[in-house]
Amino acid sequence: MNPLILRTSVRIHLYLLTLFSFYLLIRGHNEPGGGFIAGLLTASAMVLQALAFDARYASSLVPVREQTLIGLGLLLAVGTGVASMLFGRPFLDHVFHHTFLPFLGEVELASAVVFDIGVYLVVVGVAKWTILTVATGRAGQSGPGS
Amino acid sequence: MIQWAADVSMLVIGVSLLLSLWRVLIGPSVPDRMAALDAATANVIAGIVVFAIRDDTLDYIDSALVIALLSFVGTVAVAKFLAKGVIIERDSD
Repeated sequence: MNPLILRTSVRIHLYLLTLFSFYLLIRGHNEPGGGFIAGLLTASAMVLQALAFDARYASSLVPVREQTLIGLGLLLAVGTGVASMLFGRPFLDHVFHHTFLPFLGEVELASAVVFDIGVYLVVVGVAKWTILTVATGRAGQSGPGS
Repeated sequence: MIQWAADVSMLVIGVSLLLSLWRVLIGPSVPDRMAALDAATANVIAGIVVFAIRDDTLDYIDSALVIALLSFVGTVAVAKFLAKGVIIERDSD
């Protein structure tokens, strides 16, 4: 079986899904979206690559160890919460600031985006871990088709 | 006028969804049920978009896009499981 059509279309899907997940990630602090659903979309892009190719290729798309991703994400998320305590505010309080960036116009920089990026990294790390576990744990067993 | 058209299309989409559900229930083989579920997903996407047109909002378009992209993953996974028995291989060929 040579899944040529699947492999060709899946390459396009990788860029579409990753672009849309970044879009959901950066707007998630005041519109529908956020780190979790963005991480799930990136994870589904990785699962799609693992379906069309193999688990080794899909995990080579994120060339960071999954333990590093999960730890870094948790550190970012907790650090955002603790950083507000350093300024005498409640835990996980957020702050935002309107600023002017070149080529982008007026943008809103919110500290909630950093929390979202932490959640995103955790979800992507767990997804990579799951793909590798499924691929190495069940490899060689046959399904109902054979 | 557009409200009336949206109501009629949602009714038609609902009937189509029920027909897909009937095929899922009685489908004699697993590929039949899988194709019916894929058709039902297309109907759900159409329903979401028609609902967004009816309410004159853009908030639901993103969920339609997410469902459209992710239902593809599910269909491909079931198809590969039926064809090969292994969903994710460690090394391909």
